[in-house]
Amino acid sequence: MTTALIVLPLAVALVVWLLPLPGRAAGVLALLAALAEVALWAVAVAGFDFDQGLQLQDRQSWFSDLGVSYHVGFFGYSLWLAGLTAVVCTASIGYALCVNRERGRAYHGLLLFLMGAIVGVFTAQDLLLFYVFFEAMLIPIYVLIGVWGGPGRVRATATFVIYTMAGSLLMLAAIVVFGLSQGTFSLVDSGTSTNEWVFLGFLAAFAVKAPIFPFHGWLVDAYRESPPEVAAILSGVVSKAAVYGLLRIVIAKFPEPVDDFQVAILAFATVGLVYGSLLAFRAPDLRSVTAYSSMAQMGLIVLGLFSLTDLGRNGAVLQSVAHGLVSAALFLLAGMVETRTGSSVFAVLGGMARGRPALATVLMTTGIIALAVPGSVAFAGEFLILAGVYDAGWGWAAVGAGAIVLAAMYMLRLISAVLHRARSGDVRDDAPDLRPLELALVVPLVAALLFLSAWPASISERSFPEKDTLEATE
Amino acid sequence: MIPAPRIDWLALAPTLALLGASGVALLGSVLVPWWMRRGFTAFVAFAGFVTAGVFAAIVFDKSEQGRTLIADSFTRDRLGALAAVIIAGAGALTVLVSWGEHRRDHAGEYYALLAAAGAGMAFFVTAGNLMTLFLGLEWFSIALYILCALDTHRDTSLEAGLKYLIVGGFGSAILLFGSALVYGATGQLGFNAIAVDGRNGGALLLAGLAMLIAGLAFKASAAPFHMWTPDVYEGAPTSVTAFMAAATKVAALVLTLRILVSAFPEQEHLWTIAIAVLAIVSLAVGNLAALVQRNVKRLLAYSSVSHAGFMLIAVAANSQLGARALLYYLIPYGATSIGAFAVVAARERELGVPVTLDNLGGMGWERPFLGAAMWVFMLGAMGMPLTGGLLGKFYVFSAAYEAGLWWLIVAGVIATAISLYYYLGVIRALYLRPATELRPVVVGGSPPRDPLLQSAVFLSLVVTVGSFFFVQPLIDLARDAAASLPF
Repeated sequence: MTTALIVLPLAVALVVWLLPLPGRAAGVLALLAALAEVALWAVAVAGFDFDQGLQLQDRQSWFSDLGVSYHVGFFGYSLWLAGLTAVVCTASIGYALCVNRERGRAYHGLLLFLMGAIVGVFTAQDLLLFYVFFEAMLIPIYVLIGVWGGPGRVRATATFVIYTMAGSLLMLAAIVVFGLSQGTFSLVDSGTSTNEWVFLGFLAAFAVKAPIFPFHGWLVDAYRESPPEVAAILSGVVSKAAVYGLLRIVIAKFPEPVDDFQVAILAFATVGLVYGSLLAFRAPDLRSVTAYSSMAQMGLIVLGLFSLTDLGRNGAVLQSVAHGLVSAALFLLAGMVETRTGSSVFAVLGGMARGRPALATVLMTTGIIALAVPGSVAFAGEFLILAGVYDAGWGWAAVGAGAIVLAAMYMLRLISAVLHRARSGDVRDDAPDLRPLELALVVPLVAALLFLSAWPASISERSFPEKDTLEATE
Repeated sequence: MIPAPRIDWLALAPTLALLGASGVALLGSVLVPWWMRRGFTAFVAFAGFVTAGVFAAIVFDKSEQGRTLIADSFTRDRLGALAAVIIAGAGALTVLVSWGEHRRDHAGEYYALLAAAGAGMAFFVTAGNLMTLFLGLEWFSIALYILCALDTHRDTSLEAGLKYLIVGGFGSAILLFGSALVYGATGQLGFNAIAVDGRNGGALLLAGLAMLIAGLAFKASAAPFHMWTPDVYEGAPTSVTAFMAAATKVAALVLTLRILVSAFPEQEHLWTIAIAVLAIVSLAVGNLAALVQRNVKRLLAYSSVSHAGFMLIAVAANSQLGARALLYYLIPYGATSIGAFAVVAARERELGVPVTLDNLGGMGWERPFLGAAMWVFMLGAMGMPLTGGLLGKFYVFSAAYEAGLWWLIVAGVIATAISLYYYLGVIRALYLRPATELRPVVVGGSPPRDPLLQSAVFLSLVVTVGSFFFVQPLIDLARDAAASLPF
């Protein structure tokens, strides 16, 4: 089952690359595969017992002398993250099909490959396998941004790759040391470690990927120069690889170093939260706001994770899914606005709500959820995180609560700048409302958000088995 | 009457097969009518490499216990057999790559020399004493000197031949001098005997050891003995470069491992440090120099220097795991370098000028197969997933950690980070160049079709990717081979 979830996109990617189909047909094939992936994931959820730990395992020795194996499986939280991946990637593939990207075969193949790699990351139960998937994500992203990106794409890809690989290589060294000192690379069989250098090696990789302040230098260029659907995957899903890594490796395997560094990490996460929010408030265009708000939200999620409480942990997973859906929807909407006006800079936008009810409704709903209005899923997530981090120190919770006000500021600014402010000359009267096809891409994301708003416990109480409490392990 | 030693013909078979192929090809280049000369000699050389590979595989299978033959002059063991298999595979791929190279003359001699070089390497990796070591080294070196200079109408080829001859001759001389000193200190030629008699070796033995290492480092193109590498790799015919990058490296590194472990176990505290220093210098020099290269062959030459650094880390580990890491590393490394040079050769034949990062532009879209293959080879050289390059590095780092050489891991990680820039530069040239920068290259008609080269690229691709998925069988082979060394 798990293997099928990983292999399906990869196999169809190969088919798309090798079969001489026209670009459109390749896109349709990719979309069908993505939908099949979502269906497969739904089947996995239906058969999943959320009161148990690791399930749906597949295990096969890869090379035995160093104790490395192909071992995949799902925890509750990783199943949600994999679902997020399937949904967001499907929407992105649909978007790419809508705008009919050049060299469609290569493009859709790369998107599918990326999807498979991300699902792989969320399932890996062996350190080297985790590294393999973690790095494999980078290969398609590099080309997707580098070939199909905006005018500054070469610089953006270079910065992105240098940042992420610097982190990943430190992780590789950490993996070697951790695995050999434990005698196995299996995440299930290995015990915990107190080695702070190894801990920092892992932390470096995830801090860059998330990103945690001050490792966010790659973020804006990458999100602004990518095609919108790639930015949606990058900010919505790829950043969650860091969440999985922090949960599965850093917090699970390094209890003592995590305790020692908790205050430092919380401090950096808080700074990232506040600083990202402020930057988002100052950012000049739709994509940069979304990019910086991603950084802020990742800060919040890390805050939840390193509160080292059950509440914070559940909130972090819920917020990861919520933020993934929100930022994917926002990036896709940004792309749709860009195709109508040629730009997403606020200075040339405005007044788009008039005569475009569908766009206004969808953007408004997404924005309102993103600013964590009470009753929304983001509110539930943030509330859990803040309640959790309150246990670690009330100061963190106070700053975090303040940052939520900032979120309201930048989101309302975004909404008013695009939809409501006096119309600028670049928004033509005949720029159409969202077409049905475009709606079909975004509405499922928003619907998922609304569903989670109505029932946040569907994720927050189904991420970790009840008996597996952090308090009990301390 | 002189008692004749019993000859183990099977152990010699890989060498003899290639030597025979070389002789037949040489005769063919005179006796066979001119219009089928190229086809005949190429076929003979290919058959020779395949036969040698099969024989080496049989030797591997039948040599569970390693032993020395013919008055300890050479060794029949799995280490040498596995190295011979890799060399034979590299040679066979090289023949496929070379086929499309249209020479005005010397087509027959080219294949004869290629087979002779392969024979020399297969002999070299089984060397059991200092005499056969030097003999094998000169054997394949002389063949390579001529191969480098074979394109007599190109000045760069002649220059490459001359440079390789002079610098290589210098390296050989140092090696020979080192051998003499070791012999002087111990009175022994055989590796195992040196280990016994060199137990309390003095300064003479150590000087000899240092010179032996230097001489072998010349051949492995480890910095600071790499000065010839970029020039020779650039100037030599590209197929020869491919062969040198893959096969010479295998031969030199396997023999370095063999002689250090079997002849100098008592001096290990010294030579592990020396090799580790060589590794770091190679990593630094290779990667930093590659950053500024525009010519793709020079870039790959410096990349091969840096890979020598990685493989020397495995040698410095001085353990079973290190030997396993080295032997595993050589397989994807050999495939990626032959494949990458094959793609360069294809582009070169298409354009008729040396390949640079500029005129590589857009190739990924024009030639989807070669472009995607080059992409994979670059990923392999970087050590990215889905290629054996990643696991090679993983094994090397594991060996270094196990040996307590954690600072070599740090060096390797930094070197890999630097190397991303230039490997990605190649991918950037293939795929990401903005359309305005692409200057359509004027050539007559469509590019030459070359199914043999394509199949060589395909096979390299299969090995590069396959070594990622099927690690266990390869590691089992490497473990059996490493077991023949006395750690």
